Amino acid sequence: MKFGVVIFPGSNCDYDTLYILKEVLKQKTVILWHKEHNLKNVDCVILPGGFSYGDYLRSGAIAKFSPLMQEVKEFALKGGFVLGICNGFQVLLELGLLPGAMLRNKNLKFLCQFVRIRVENEKSPFSQKTRKGQVLKIPIAHFDGNYFAPPETLQELKKNNQVVFRYCDSDGQLSEEANVNGSVESIAGLLNKEGNIMGMMPHPERASELLLGSEDGRDIFESVIDYFES
Amino acid sequence: MIDKKIIREHNLTIEEYEKIVQLIGREPNITELGIFSLMWSEHCGYKSSKIHLKRLPVKGKGVIQGPGENAGVIDIGDGLAAVFKIESHNHPSFIEPYQGAATGIGGILRDIFTMGARPIALLDSLRFGPLSSPKNRSIMEGVVSGISGYGNSIGIPTVGGEIYFNNCYSLNPLVNVFALGIAEKDKIFYARAEGRGNPVLYVGAKTGRDGIHGATMASAEFGQDLEKKRPNVQVGDPFKEKLLMEACLEIMAQDLIVGIQDMGAAGLTCSTSEMAAKSKSGIEIDLDLVPQREEGMTPYEIMLSESQERMLLVAKKEKVEEVRKIFSKWDLDAVVIGHVTEGKNLRVKSGGKIVVDLPVEAIVNLCPVYNRESKTPSYLESANRLELPSLPKNFNQAFLKLLSSPTIGNKEWVYRQYDHMVQVNTALLPGADASLLRLKNQKKALAITLDGNSLYSYLNPRTGGKIAVAEACRNLACLGARPMGVTNCLNFGNPEKPEIMWQFKESIKGIAEACKIFNIPVTGGNVSFYNDTEGVSIYPTPVLGVVGIVEDVRKAISPGFKEQGNAVILLGENKEELGASEYLKCLFNMEKGFPPQIDLRKERRIQEFCLDAISNGLLESAHDVSEGGLAVCLAECSFLGEQKIGFKLDLQDEMRLDSLLFGETQSRIVVASKKQNMPRLIELARKRRVKATILGETGGERMVVSHLKQKIIDIPVSEAHRAWRETMPEIFRMK
Repeated sequence: MKFGVVIFPGSNCDYDTLYILKEVLKQKTVILWHKEHNLKNVDCVILPGGFSYGDYLRSGAIAKFSPLMQEVKEFALKGGFVLGICNGFQVLLELGLLPGAMLRNKNLKFLCQFVRIRVENEKSPFSQKTRKGQVLKIPIAHFDGNYFAPPETLQELKKNNQVVFRYCDSDGQLSEEANVNGSVESIAGLLNKEGNIMGMMPHPERASELLLGSEDGRDIFESVIDYFES
Repeated sequence: MIDKKIIREHNLTIEEYEKIVQLIGREPNITELGIFSLMWSEHCGYKSSKIHLKRLPVKGKGVIQGPGENAGVIDIGDGLAAVFKIESHNHPSFIEPYQGAATGIGGILRDIFTMGARPIALLDSLRFGPLSSPKNRSIMEGVVSGISGYGNSIGIPTVGGEIYFNNCYSLNPLVNVFALGIAEKDKIFYARAEGRGNPVLYVGAKTGRDGIHGATMASAEFGQDLEKKRPNVQVGDPFKEKLLMEACLEIMAQDLIVGIQDMGAAGLTCSTSEMAAKSKSGIEIDLDLVPQREEGMTPYEIMLSESQERMLLVAKKEKVEEVRKIFSKWDLDAVVIGHVTEGKNLRVKSGGKIVVDLPVEAIVNLCPVYNRESKTPSYLESANRLELPSLPKNFNQAFLKLLSSPTIGNKEWVYRQYDHMVQVNTALLPGADASLLRLKNQKKALAITLDGNSLYSYLNPRTGGKIAVAEACRNLACLGARPMGVTNCLNFGNPEKPEIMWQFKESIKGIAEACKIFNIPVTGGNVSFYNDTEGVSIYPTPVLGVVGIVEDVRKAISPGFKEQGNAVILLGENKEELGASEYLKCLFNMEKGFPPQIDLRKERRIQEFCLDAISNGLLESAHDVSEGGLAVCLAECSFLGEQKIGFKLDLQDEMRLDSLLFGETQSRIVVASKKQNMPRLIELARKRRVKATILGETGGERMVVSHLKQKIIDIPVSEAHRAWRETMPEIFRMK
């Protein structure tokens, strides 16, 4: 399978993601420059972390107007796989491909630290390698990671099993303390209704090598890889 | 008409003005005077420091570029080079903490990528006044936010640093920022303006009126008129700089340019004149072509502006279009504003007329050099006299108090605000002895640390200088890294005061001596003078940044205890030395005595032994003893491990117990090793003439330290950890 990593002006985790996919997981991966209308036949588009367009206006707000987003939207609506990480998740929300919005972290400060997330939906292509309830150690790094959705949306999300990850403690328990950015219902990652688009605030590419503190992020990439291979 | 008042306002002396007239053969016009005021300022011209900086050893195996360029360059093998430097942005950070710190980051990053290196790490060394004062808390919050805002946005991890607090920094906070980048060693770019007729291009953000006289502000004490200095602080845009960085690295990958220089302090003035000076050529630019974001800017304003995120480059004549295309891809201005000329002048046109015509040599190389008077300070004798307080009744209480002092307390509150993981190279999280960055697709890793205890320097600058170097190297040794090169940021008061000059000279002597014994070259750095307000100076604060190499990153170790039942061993000797300790300062408000002694050769021997033991796989952890002494070092070994393992130790030295626990005697490292490795370790230490004393073992949930079998410290790890962990959050919850 072929991955494509989109680069916006201001993307920072583009080459990190490329490195993990190409060098660590040995997958065919290409760069997708935001100004070109060309998805290069990839099977999975990744919108990486960073500060696209300097986070001007709102995180991800301007990226949605990038030329390539036209193709990404069409690709996604046709069922193509899209993974939005951190700023990428914010772009998916701005594009309307995922419901909800991101607010400032509850402590009003940028937060960079390892957190634990619990697998709520182990059946999606992005999580099928995990078990339900499994605790993954993956880091976050964001100022605006406080996910919000109104009650009706939350109902829908739960009805359709769209919540994939929730922030938890090392024992897998949900708590206010473990929910460091204050996201509603501790939601850390979610799918669209059809299940081909996922957005997550934690950075799986930063938890793909034991040397850097955790390998749990690999499960997410390997889930998609396995899904395609079968 | 240029009169004495105007000369003084430009921070030049009458003698300096007369020298200018003599050098150029006439009186300068106001724009030319502005140029000299910047280039001959202390910040740009190094008038008071140049002579003394010559003492620092700059040669070494592996040095590709020493002092004199935008950053130092060291060969790290496999065709790669480490490019690094430290810079200060002190004065702006007092006036406008957020932007002062943010633009400090912007500036140091440009110094790195202008050499052709992609920046991979930032570290910062900060000094603030006591946090009991809301103003100091506000400055610290602003500075940390500024570093965070800029570094995170541009995607370069801030992986480490240090923070100290002292009264002397209340009106003169220090913000020293260090950056490191990696380049191919055969593709280093320099600030050259070569090739007659080659086009000079201005790239990046538009020029505005911000930061005018930033360099001169940094070259004078603060007085009563601080608010008026606000427009002197530059305003940064990290997104712009990210685009600029990507564009520059892209053109550098493709052999399109002859030279490149960032526009930092003194903007267009500095970049044009320095590039020309280095190539012994001339340069001519037309200000009408400079992209401007404000209307009606005068030549004076354009030449002196310190607007951020701009670079000046000299392209190969036939490559201008390609350069422009790449900058346009990144949505940046790239405009030809002039060309390299024969002759040796800086010529500037505006409105069709020549408004500046100065010999480049005069601006850059003939800046006066002063050997200022120095004198032993009058405070020293009484400061060195120490009357020891009585022993604490309760060592547990004293210990907890020390753990919750802002200098020692956990700094997670700070570094959680920095993205320290972007670029996926961070092999060791902040909080350890040094930062460790792996190099992708390689076994090697780079280790970096910043160190500088200013109280030691205040009480004996020569010793303070030596210890700064020794401690930095010791921090690297604890990871398993061998030091390769040093950059230094020397922060001092007003050099026109003989006592300050004495501190400066003595510090340099100490640094030079230590660098020679450790055999590490100084590759560059920065001097920040005039850190005084209303006559009160900061303590002499030399900050040393040392970069080292770990040959195999899998062998690197970290400071925390790893498992129960390991032997805890002290390398080095305990001595009865309480002078200049954090213990005396924190518990008794005393900053007195002499700093601990340092025997540089013995220190080197112990570090070499530690490196050897690590490469032989004999150590589970290593952590050096510094502020807070042995007790704090041991506590940190517990806190920094994943499981927060306690320890049970017995000390046998016959000496005052407060000194034994909290004294800051140098050249000591606490290591833990598996019991089966102990015999080999002890034998190796014996062979290397390193004293290694078995103190006890790791284990349990309490920190227990006995002296000759009598318990002197006995507290639960959780209680000590809470005190240490809550220090910063509690302080910043105060309103």
